[in-house]
Amino acid sequence: MNIFKLSFRMLRRDWRAGELRVLAFALVIAVGGMTTVGFFADRVQLALSRQGNQLLGADLIIFSDHTLPSQYAEQAKRQRLAISTALKFPSMAAKGDNSLLTEIKAVTAGYPLRGELRISEDFGDTSPRTTRIANAIPAPGSAWVDEKLMIQLALSRGDTIEVGTAHFIVTALITQEPDYSIGFINLRPRVLINTVDLPATGLVQQGSRIGYRLLVSGDSGEVENFRKWAQSRLTLGERIEGIRDARPEIKAALERAEKFLSLAALASVVLAAAAAALAVRRFTQRHLDGCAVMRCLGASQATMLRLYMYHFATLGLIASGAGCLLGFVAQGALAFWLSGLVEAELPWPSVWPAVHGLLTGLVLLLGFALPPLLNLRSVPALRVLRRDIGMSNTHSLTGYALGLAALSVLFLWKAGDVRLGASVMGGFAAAIAVFGLLGFLLVKALSHMRGQTGGALRYGLASIRRRATASVVQAVALGLGLMALLALTLIRDDLLQNWRTSLPPDAPDHFLVNIQADQLEPLAAFFNQHKIAQPPVFPMVRGRLTAVNDKPIASGDYNDIRAKRLVEREFNLSWAQEMPSDNQIIKGHWWKSGDSGKAVMSMEEGIAKTVGVGLGDKLTYDVAGSTFSATITSLRKVDWDTFRVNFFVVTPPGVLEKYPATYITSFHLPPKQMDVTNQLIKAFPNLLVIDVATIINQVHKVIEQVSKAVEFVFLFTLLAGLAVLYAAIASTQDERIHEAAIFRTLGAKRWQLARAWAAEFAILGGLAGLFAAAGASALGYVIGEYALNLTYTFNPSIWLTGVLSGMIGVTAAGLMGTRSALSTPPLITLRNI
Amino acid sequence: MSDNLVVRPIVQATALTKQVSTGDEQLTILENINLEVNAGDSVAVVGASGSGKSTLLGLLAGLDTPSSGKVHLDGEDIFLLDEDARAALRGRILGFVFQSFQLLPALTAIENVMLPLELAGISNATTAALELLERVGLGTRLKHYPRQLSGGEQQRVAIARAFVTQPQLLLADEPTGNLDSTTGAQIIELMFELNRERGTTLVLVTHDEAISSRCAWRIRLAGGKVVN
Ligand SMILES: Nc1ncnc2c1ncn2[C@@H]1O[C@H](COP(=O)(O)OP(=O)(O)OP(=O)(O)O)[C@@H](O)[C@H]1O
Ligand SMILES: [Mg+2]
Repeated sequence: MNIFKLSFRMLRRDWRAGELRVLAFALVIAVGGMTTVGFFADRVQLALSRQGNQLLGADLIIFSDHTLPSQYAEQAKRQRLAISTALKFPSMAAKGDNSLLTEIKAVTAGYPLRGELRISEDFGDTSPRTTRIANAIPAPGSAWVDEKLMIQLALSRGDTIEVGTAHFIVTALITQEPDYSIGFINLRPRVLINTVDLPATGLVQQGSRIGYRLLVSGDSGEVENFRKWAQSRLTLGERIEGIRDARPEIKAALERAEKFLSLAALASVVLAAAAAALAVRRFTQRHLDGCAVMRCLGASQATMLRLYMYHFATLGLIASGAGCLLGFVAQGALAFWLSGLVEAELPWPSVWPAVHGLLTGLVLLLGFALPPLLNLRSVPALRVLRRDIGMSNTHSLTGYALGLAALSVLFLWKAGDVRLGASVMGGFAAAIAVFGLLGFLLVKALSHMRGQTGGALRYGLASIRRRATASVVQAVALGLGLMALLALTLIRDDLLQNWRTSLPPDAPDHFLVNIQADQLEPLAAFFNQHKIAQPPVFPMVRGRLTAVNDKPIASGDYNDIRAKRLVEREFNLSWAQEMPSDNQIIKGHWWKSGDSGKAVMSMEEGIAKTVGVGLGDKLTYDVAGSTFSATITSLRKVDWDTFRVNFFVVTPPGVLEKYPATYITSFHLPPKQMDVTNQLIKAFPNLLVIDVATIINQVHKVIEQVSKAVEFVFLFTLLAGLAVLYAAIASTQDERIHEAAIFRTLGAKRWQLARAWAAEFAILGGLAGLFAAAGASALGYVIGEYALNLTYTFNPSIWLTGVLSGMIGVTAAGLMGTRSALSTPPLITLRNI
Repeated sequence: MSDNLVVRPIVQATALTKQVSTGDEQLTILENINLEVNAGDSVAVVGASGSGKSTLLGLLAGLDTPSSGKVHLDGEDIFLLDEDARAALRGRILGFVFQSFQLLPALTAIENVMLPLELAGISNATTAALELLERVGLGTRLKHYPRQLSGGEQQRVAIARAFVTQPQLLLADEPTGNLDSTTGAQIIELMFELNRERGTTLVLVTHDEAISSRCAWRIRLAGGKVVN
């Protein structure tokens, strides 16, 4: 009979006899947990970016200052992507004698491709208005206007407005426009019309300032391909943007969420590894005798090795396959459950998580099973005569190193981010080494304490010492598992905390721009009158960068499109004595109180990089016809996740005051007070009110969903943690059954034994908890600081949590797991030895 | 079977010595053992506990290596072979019965008996195993696991497993050591019957004088030496 068939037969026999339960369970749960996380993270990531895309009105937009070449639209169609176009230009809109500079937007059918355009037919001062999703774009000849225009031109439904040489009937009021949020430049009242009416306006001519947009949406992979294709073909004046380019706060939230989700998946790999290592250990322990017998019966080492290799490979495939299936079903259930929470329909996951899961299961099993197997095949046959002869341990250390190496490769692959993967992997490798050493020393030290204690604790300590190796292995594995979970908890808390603080419910959601100096007082009075807290007001001077270190610059000097645009445009310069609290100095120093009037400035680090300047460079601006120069003395990091007013360039007071300044402020307006904007517009007609409440709502929604996803995924990593616990308890089960029989034959009562074991488990769990807390603090810090860019908050309660959860969890699980050992009549057990 | 008619040694030990070092002390467990067992013979190895009986049996089977001396099994100098070749030789000519039965717990009675045949790659393992289990009186317990069998029954399974490969030499280390006297007597009876039926050579380690007296020869060990 060939070995393969025999090994399959042995596998079936082992399975039937229940020998493989622990190993298979650990593997299925581990792979299942991991693929659940994988599948789900995959889908959530897709869903979340789609959610984000609603703010953009599309998955991608190509912007251009000239008619876009048809190649883009054609390519998009070839890739079966949905497209729509939009044209934007400033123009006067008039009702009778009243006219106003507006932003006209002409769109084609399909607009918007993502997100929703909400309109209302209730004109006038009514509030709240009944709104509905616009299922179409304005019919030819009709126009939809926004509230600002309605108020300023006193429009009501059915009125006619004049745009260029064409007349439009106003049929609806726009209450929510997805791509409104892209940049805050769209300050003018808005008019939405159908593209077919464009020629009639006579406004689209050579030299008119028109912005062309091609909106693209579809399957995320195809969109990405399209982006790559288009990116290389962009010419001057064309640029391509996804939501991440457009909205930094969403970009940050999504990227962190993605990293967290992949971290969670990584943590479940670590948990799976710990579970597999424990279960394999138990398996080989139980098969020592069988191996010795088979060696006696004439099996060669090679035969034994092949027998068990096939055995494990088959088991690995089956268990990992089952795990993948479980993962798929679980994520389906999860998605179904979440469908109420995530508005966007969850796209189907890719097959990669399954491939990952299958491979991980195999690598884990073989990586960790191979070393004991190599030992198993060389079990001395003499063991049949002398039980005390165990197996040599020559391969165990090198073998675990092999397992770890295999795991590292998987890790880096799965992390998709070398730094993140390497830091996590390095952390765990170091943890294993340190935990192992400490565990060994602690077990030694603990056993010396035996003399000073009594009762159950004493037996517990004695047991730990007797099972020294097993105890250390258990403590390390449990410690690793708990560490993964704790670290994840810490990071999750930081992440959620960070999101909460960056966008509190009362985050400013209205910006007021173009406030004149003499309006500051009346404005303060207005806020008082409406019981709105006085928001901080920031001065703002507009200037164009003309020279760096006295060398004139032009946009032609830059290859980078962003840099070109920055140089072409006017910067907003501001001054302040104190640095805004959400800014952080990266290089240099903020000025002191005595520095007023000095020609120095602080620049945002990103923009400094783009423009190619640094500390000590002297920048010259053209401000309203005169020049202003200052030297960079500090670079700042600005948290763009918040919606606070922030400036790229800030100087100390006493430098910019002589130039014409306007003021800007931002404040929070509760939904109930929405009509305040109307009164504000009436009272200060020159002010631009930018309402970002919709965006903030959207961002809130995205963050809320990300948080929920993070919580759910976390729950599933917990499941993998349970597999570790189960495997750890099972790993000494046989010894315990034996022990129970002997103790009870010697007259020990059940509760005495239970108490001794409880003490043992509590010590083990406490040790593991201690390890975990130490490891998690270090790991949380490293990951938070270097991979996620979160400020890590030291959490002393983690030690208490770690030790307590370790003690309670392990003791509870241990006692539950050993219940059967306690309740088996000793005779039955003894007969089987 | 003509081989069996020629009287020649199936096991031969020459100047067999086994020493182990415990710490700084050299402990001699077996010293200069010489013995010859002819095909078809039965030999009892007796002696006090700790006299080196199990050690001798282990060396005769090639499960351990001696400090000096030789063992020939079926004419082959087994310590010139490597472990794997010795294992193959064992599979070919040896059968074992142990004091602690050594059945694989995950395998049923019949599977335990089939195992040596399966390992040797022999195809109709089931038939042979079935036949032997019936012979030892366990024809109705084929699908039972070791833990569902009594000690005596387990040892019967072990005996069936030992005989299923039709070994030339059966080595037994206190096969009744874990059994009560009545069951032990039954087991010994069974072994001698099978031994006669199949013309197997038997080397049996025992404490029991009554059992040893049933063997054709007796080797007494004391302090690692043969005393007669
Ligand atoms: N590897 C070893 N290291 C140290 N001492 C050993 C070793 N192997 C055997 N011994 C010792 O050699 C002596 C003989 O052991 P062996 O197991 O052969 O005795 P035995 O005659 O089978 O005894 P029993 O009847 O109790 O089974 C014993 O004192 C034993 O402790
Ligand atoms: Mg013995």
